Amino acid sequence: MSSVILRTATRLLLPLLLVFSAFILLRGHNEPGGGFIGGLLSAGALSAYALAWGPAEARRVLRVDPRTLLGAGLLCVCAAAFAGIAAGREVLTGLWAPFEVPGLGKVSTVLLFDLGVHLGVVGATLSILFNLGED
Amino acid sequence: MSLLPALPVLVPLSAAALSFAAWKRLAVQQAIGVAGTGGLLAAGVALLAKTAGGAVLVLPVGGWPARFGIALAADTLSAIMVLLAGLMGLAVAVYALADVDRPRKAFGFYPFLHLMLAGVAGSFVTADMFNMYVWFEVMLLGSFVLLALGGERDQMAGAMKYVTLNLIGSALFLSAAGVLYAVTKTLNMGEVSTRLALIAGHHPHLVLALGALFLTSFAIKAGLFPFTFWLPASYATPPVAVSAVFAGLLTKVGVYALLRTFTVVFPVMERNFRILLLLAGITMVLGVLGAVSRFEIRKILSFHIISQIGYMVAALGLSISPDPEIRRLALAGAVFYIAHHIVVKTNLFLVGGVIRRLTGSFDLKRTGGLAKSAPWLAVLFLIPALSLAGVPPLSGFWAKLMVIRAGLSAGEWLLVAAAIAAGLLTLISMVKIWNEAFWKPAPSPAPHPRPGRGTLLAMTAPIAVLALVTVLIGLWPQPLLDVAGRAADQLLDPAGWAKAVAGDLR
Repeated sequence: MSSVILRTATRLLLPLLLVFSAFILLRGHNEPGGGFIGGLLSAGALSAYALAWGPAEARRVLRVDPRTLLGAGLLCVCAAAFAGIAAGREVLTGLWAPFEVPGLGKVSTVLLFDLGVHLGVVGATLSILFNLGED
Repeated sequence: MSLLPALPVLVPLSAAALSFAAWKRLAVQQAIGVAGTGGLLAAGVALLAKTAGGAVLVLPVGGWPARFGIALAADTLSAIMVLLAGLMGLAVAVYALADVDRPRKAFGFYPFLHLMLAGVAGSFVTADMFNMYVWFEVMLLGSFVLLALGGERDQMAGAMKYVTLNLIGSALFLSAAGVLYAVTKTLNMGEVSTRLALIAGHHPHLVLALGALFLTSFAIKAGLFPFTFWLPASYATPPVAVSAVFAGLLTKVGVYALLRTFTVVFPVMERNFRILLLLAGITMVLGVLGAVSRFEIRKILSFHIISQIGYMVAALGLSISPDPEIRRLALAGAVFYIAHHIVVKTNLFLVGGVIRRLTGSFDLKRTGGLAKSAPWLAVLFLIPALSLAGVPPLSGFWAKLMVIRAGLSAGEWLLVAAAIAAGLLTLISMVKIWNEAFWKPAPSPAPHPRPGRGTLLAMTAPIAVLALVTVLIGLWPQPLLDVAGRAADQLLDPAGWAKAVAGDLR
């Protein structure tokens, strides 16, 4: 689609939505939100971009292959799962870092897991949508 | 606390993550493909060894007690299912070494296979209703990519049908889980079970309607009538390795969910089970009629999946009987049937792939002469084919015998008649494949170039192993009968299971 309005709007919305998605991811720790819904937001933003500019252009903006994102996400999830075991606790038990990260507060393997979900959702959704769009 | 119940999920997820990390190196992906699915099989064996005595292994994920977190639980049924998923995964991973072409492998056959297996195994070990939905979605995601692998036009058409109907099923499942939570204030299956039993006393219709919602969503996944049409449309298009693992596992996850939900989670619901029996009977006959009328190997086999789902669901439906003997026989029959069917069905698809390699076509009109040119394949085809039709002494005979005996004892004459008729028609359509692909002389055009030795070996080894499993179950059914009986005992004891799964929360 080559509508000027859509193209301009998606270009402006993309960074906004990505930031919002990161906000939702972080907010999800104690309030409604989290990696899954944040990931869907990001994927939605990028697929709107792909709709306006074409999948090839969206891939260029994304820079990495969506499947790499999916893989990275799975690695984060597995790392969070095994961290609990390595600490001698149950699978996926949350472990908190002893220090605070400025701007984020306390970080934990829970956040790592959520980040993994986020990346996984973005990667999976986009690899399906881009392929459908390119056919 | 033992990690064992989490392994069926962790092993394929790690394998998927590692395969994605080795994106550019196919050889590494193939090695992980075989090792990861082998690991899943090993996890299944270990689970079965631990649970065969009747124990229920429970793992509260993250250390949260039942009501606050998600619990994984493995009983004998879960263990059998995980073991079968691992065995099919391994068979297909080896088969795919030779069968799936390079571009498709490069597109991510192995990582997405692991992802799908994680979803399948996760559904088998979870003890949380919403978590089961999540695993269904993981499975759907992996399976969608596998289905669309290569992206040919008819493949896309099949994939769209598959995804659309499965999304409707997921939406129903999600709504059902939402209502369930609103009604019981919990999603832990054990706790749900105890609370629903109480609620059913005051609001029987609420529980009945909720059950019907779950029943519909699982029936869509299982391909039960009237939600059957998507299955032959989508299973007949992707590469054989993909069709085979789909045929073996995906619809059976739906059957497993039905079996789990309507034995230990929901209280006994006469009306829903009546519907189940009716649908099962129609599914059996409709599926087999579809198969008899087709001439494409994969289509025939896909229609048979539908028909066989009918037998498994019929067995579940028969478990409504007031007589405890019949209930045990029916549920053990359902478990036995699932185990037999997964092995046989996957194998038949794999054989179909070899037939195409040797003759160049899936279309029975263009095949022929294989009995002479590949007698070993003829034997390897006959074992699963006759087993599917229920010819003694193969595994399908015992499976059908149990279901039919339960039906006779329960006095469901119509169902028994349908089961016997469907069995006969199955034999006819298997004989059709035999006649057309193996017995009749090869059609006139020059024979298809024969694949190399290594290729044939990688494709035949899994077929031979699965055929051996079928023969072993057939000649020596007692071990599987025992294990299926123990699974049935656990399914018939909702209170005990609920207590184990929900922990000491009340």
